[in-house]
Amino acid sequence: MNFLRRVLATGEGLAGGAMLAVLLAVALAAPVLAPGDPMAMAGDPLLRPFQDAAHPLGTDRLGRDVLAGLIHGARTTLLVAGAAAAAALGIGITVGTLAGFLGGWVDEALMRVAEAFQTVPAFLLTLALISVTGPRASTIVLGIAIGAWMQPARITRAEILSLRERDFVAAARVIGMHKLEIAFREVLPNALTPAISLAAVIVAAAVLIEAALSFLGFGDPNRVTWGSMIAEGRAVLRGAPFLSIIPGMALVATVLAVHLTGRAVARTLRVRPEVVRPEVVRPEVARPVLG
Amino acid sequence: MTGLPRPLRLVLRRLAGALPVLALVVVGSFLLLEAAPGDAVDAYLAGIGGGDAGQMAALRAEWGLDQGPLPRLAAYVTALLRLDLGWSSAFERPVLEVVLERLPNTLLLMGMATALALSLGSLLGIVCGARPGSVQDRALSLAAIAVYATPGFWLGLVLIVAFSVELRWLPSGGIETTASGLAGWDRAVDIARHLVLPVLALGLVYMALYLRLMRDGMAELWGQDFVRAARARGMSGRRLVLRHVARNALLPVVTMLGLQSASMLGGSVVVESVFAIPGLGRLAQESVARRDTPLLLGVVLLSAVVVMLVNLVIDLAYALLDPRVGSGGGG
Repeated sequence: MNFLRRVLATGEGLAGGAMLAVLLAVALAAPVLAPGDPMAMAGDPLLRPFQDAAHPLGTDRLGRDVLAGLIHGARTTLLVAGAAAAAALGIGITVGTLAGFLGGWVDEALMRVAEAFQTVPAFLLTLALISVTGPRASTIVLGIAIGAWMQPARITRAEILSLRERDFVAAARVIGMHKLEIAFREVLPNALTPAISLAAVIVAAAVLIEAALSFLGFGDPNRVTWGSMIAEGRAVLRGAPFLSIIPGMALVATVLAVHLTGRAVARTLRVRPEVVRPEVVRPEVARPVLG
Repeated sequence: MTGLPRPLRLVLRRLAGALPVLALVVVGSFLLLEAAPGDAVDAYLAGIGGGDAGQMAALRAEWGLDQGPLPRLAAYVTALLRLDLGWSSAFERPVLEVVLERLPNTLLLMGMATALALSLGSLLGIVCGARPGSVQDRALSLAAIAVYATPGFWLGLVLIVAFSVELRWLPSGGIETTASGLAGWDRAVDIARHLVLPVLALGLVYMALYLRLMRDGMAELWGQDFVRAARARGMSGRRLVLRHVARNALLPVVTMLGLQSASMLGGSVVVESVFAIPGLGRLAQESVARRDTPLLLGVVLLSAVVVMLVNLVIDLAYALLDPRVGSGGGG
């Protein structure tokens, strides 16, 4: 609670946190706020915003309500991005802990694999996975995570390396704890902070990747997403640009909220704020440059 | 290797490190190819109009596809070494031909977006970092965060609405006017006009990133001893900002440039699709839409090579900028 209060005490934390809270509330209350199927026809097609009180943000070419799409889209966005970020952090932290604590050839092999993943553009990686498995929510989550686990892995590894020679590790070894038990139960909890402070960056990137995927038509076809709404509006971009512009603004607001909250949290945790996307390594953590 | 000049030694060492990574990318790409429904023979025969079972079996035997996974991997790697990336069923041509044809447009788009992001980003970053906490710093930093939160494809659509639909200043898609008959300088101008909006859509996000990196770097450097010493010697104003603070803050930006090349290639997939630019990115989208896995993996492999080469060039530039890098054996 004290931590939360300190985060909210910063201007960034308050603004970002408030926006996120609204977004979460909307996503949770979607069935109440906009009952019924958001993909069903609700009124006349191509109503402009503020023209009809029943459809405050207008309707698209098929007469679907834009506001209802926006509300249900928030659900999809938060669900997919949240799950993808959690998966990316989980994979990254596990790999980083193993690499950092076991060292030797395990470390070498895992870091080479991470490097290989970082060489391929994350978005192409996600596309490749989805093209093989088909666009379902679960494969989209996995695809995004596969493109984003490398930075948490590197950061966790670096943190583990700085901790593994400490006295408490030696003590655990002396009392006969198993190597992996020491790594995950003794060292890892002390090394989590930098990786957790990456969560915001990864969530933000996941929101953008999910939007780009569904914009290209590779999202889950059974759910409304902001990206698919933008794509749908693109067909009538000249006549009804609001159809693409409104969901895009929701995207910007969401990513902005996540970034602001993340910066406030990072500042409170006394970690340098990160403005980088997940496939990026901080220069001082990157191995190749200095050989 | 001690007899060789320092940059050359660095290049050789980096190439040696890149080979295992490239090998891993190839294995990963092979695994995806295996997971995809159908194989190269199916794709080839579907392209040329089908064939009977005997023909299929003969082709599978010839291409080494009738054996276990390891021999298949070996066949895949040998083909790659001969620069044979397989057959594109969507274009009914060899994959290598198709991807190489699309590469220049993507490199042009990425190069110009990088130039825009780097120049404008570090310039505005210097404006912010010269006086951290000032009004212009706060305003620009906030704007940068907002731009950084904007998806490139949506920014592209907004730019199209503003500059193509409303103002009618710039074309809304394509790399050049089709069948315009333009040549030489006129053609270059035509292409440049077509590239303005996509370069903005792709580059502005990275501009925001470099701005923040430059600004944060400079803000940190102001407290350093050598800056205080320079101040104590009576140095101030533009000279101090540019020669001591900004110059040192530029190094992380250069590093980030290489690290961002993969992300930028990924971003160009969507931006090229928005602006209908026939590049590598749109090719990736087309290959997924037309279920052409060999073509998609061709794009993936070529992108990985491009990213490696870009990073090599950046490392070299870095070694020239910072004499500490790459000297000595272990580094």
